[in-house]
Amino acid sequence: MGRTVLVTGVSRYLGGRMAALLAADPGISSVIGVDVVVPDSPISGTEFVRADIRNPVIAKVMGEAGVDTVVHMGVIATPKQAGGRSTMKEINVIGTMQLLAACQRTSSVRSVVVKSTAAVYGSGPKDPAKFTEDMEPKHTPSSGWAKDSVEVETYVRGFARRRPDVTVTTLRFASFIGPRVQTATGAYFSLPVIPTVLGFDPRMQFIHEDDGLEAIRCAVLRPRRGTYNIAGDGVLLLSQAIRRTRRATIAVPRLFFSTVGRSLGTTGLADFSPEAVRHLTYGRGLDTTAMRQILGFEPTWTSEEAFMQFLRRDDAREVAVA
Amino acid sequence: MEPGKGPSKAARMVGNTGPRPTRPVRPTTPEAAADAPEATVPVKRRKRVLVEPEPSAAAELAELVENPTEEGWLDFARRRLSGDYGVDDFGFDPELTDRVFLAMARPLYRSWFRVETTGLENVPSESGALVVANHSGTIALDSIMAQVALHDEHPAHRHLRMLGANLVFQTPFVGEIARKAGHTLACHPDAERLLSAGELVGVWPEGFKGIGKPFSQRYKLQRFGRGGFVSAALRTGAPIIPTAIVGAEEIYPMVGNASVVARILGLPYFPITPTFPWLGPLGLVPLPSKWLIHFGEPIPTDHYPPGAADDPMIVFNLTDQVREQIQQSLYRLLVKRPSAFS
Repeated sequence: MGRTVLVTGVSRYLGGRMAALLAADPGISSVIGVDVVVPDSPISGTEFVRADIRNPVIAKVMGEAGVDTVVHMGVIATPKQAGGRSTMKEINVIGTMQLLAACQRTSSVRSVVVKSTAAVYGSGPKDPAKFTEDMEPKHTPSSGWAKDSVEVETYVRGFARRRPDVTVTTLRFASFIGPRVQTATGAYFSLPVIPTVLGFDPRMQFIHEDDGLEAIRCAVLRPRRGTYNIAGDGVLLLSQAIRRTRRATIAVPRLFFSTVGRSLGTTGLADFSPEAVRHLTYGRGLDTTAMRQILGFEPTWTSEEAFMQFLRRDDAREVAVA
Repeated sequence: MEPGKGPSKAARMVGNTGPRPTRPVRPTTPEAAADAPEATVPVKRRKRVLVEPEPSAAAELAELVENPTEEGWLDFARRRLSGDYGVDDFGFDPELTDRVFLAMARPLYRSWFRVETTGLENVPSESGALVVANHSGTIALDSIMAQVALHDEHPAHRHLRMLGANLVFQTPFVGEIARKAGHTLACHPDAERLLSAGELVGVWPEGFKGIGKPFSQRYKLQRFGRGGFVSAALRTGAPIIPTAIVGAEEIYPMVGNASVVARILGLPYFPITPTFPWLGPLGLVPLPSKWLIHFGEPIPTDHYPPGAADDPMIVFNLTDQVREQIQQSLYRLLVKRPSAFS
């Protein structure tokens, strides 16, 4: 008998593509997609259930379908995608708690894959050049998506302790980028004038959208316990990346950076929250040895190539919301 | 042709300090080159170089413009502006370091401090090693000079990857340049990562205690931190190269420390020297002391049993050994140097 996979956050670009990708896999007999809003177009091979993961109804869905694998992609990165910071926090944190509570109740669940972010490492001058998965953040994130993700990971670890029979995989992704996915990072590099923090040139790492999805698929098909950094090889300095966009840039003292940034990017997803500003100041690097050796995943594109793919996107307006 | 060659080469080395007019001298016909007044120019110029380091740096840059080594300066600039170059995982930009940072430090190394480097045979050509040196001079020019020495004078042109305090990486511009020049935060993971990758790693274990010590304490090694560098070497089996740098103590003789100002600015010290801050920016010109750098005999760390890095006694003993060796080497170099500014 094939497997039954539940994917959360399917109405956004990455979740939708993930569900379709899994549905196409011969080893998986059915895919259930869950989200609060209906996706713009039906996802092939996926049974869509409109449900709020903040609501206990999710446990019922899981029990009835006999779900064995849960892919949690419902954590939202920017308030704009959720319609406000408080809604975002609620979806991220309360949603995850409810989802994990449902997983704990559902005896058929065998593995849980959580899409997290490298933002949980924070960003600052005391950081090592590359973070390995066992390192504690030197500058614990204090706001926004990064803080939500830290809390999400805490609940995920708690769940892993309570259900030792379930293989729990947490994937910490570098910034998603690519020809179609729309992220805060992509929006930042699409600003007409790109603001940078005066006197700083952070190291950036990217993961191509296709590679990111492939990494999740890899974790679904061959479940491996633990936390893994997922990033394309190498780093790109912010200055280097901006030069490749051939856009104008303006160096702003850190004190005024978020004000200037917000005024330049009034529309779109560009993120100038304190945590994002720290990342644009100090940057971050990930060690991906475990991704290769234990998870057995090899990205196709390096950070640099992923960024170049992003620049070659055909038409920015056709982009679906991630 | 022989008499013509002399002046033009000298002009290239030291002469380009002045404005452009001397330029046309170079591509000359033999009779113009042999011209007597022209031939005297470099001699005059040599004196000026000793008082003004900056124009000499400009000369090096001009040199790069005129005599590009591998590719044209314009192509280089174009490539840089389009972002088409590589950096490593630490943010090290070898091209920028070679063509700009080192080119700017070189005149200081050659003409201003007249650095003499010995013991380069103790530095491996390919494998990883830990260069441990004394720190002094109010501003960390000693680390930059060591970097120039290892790149320019070592047959393998090695890049020194230094480990710096987190203050370096939180300071605007300083942190940015430090990363691009190949340096990273002084922490175990980074030190071990670099050493196991076969890089030459530089540490200054005295830290701010060494660099910001009063002039009266010159050439007296301060406490060597907590010996973190030794355990990094032990974990990776990399040899430790005790290095002594003589000369940096005299560049900005620190006669006082405005601790209140330092606290307000968030700095570890605020130096008062005979020229700073009294002469304003002019006080930033380092005194032209004579420098000697000696890379000492390597101390092997690969014969210790596994787990030695976690044995505090081994770490402390090894730290003391390194410290003692650097101190002895400093005394030997000081005896060799007739006077501080000779």
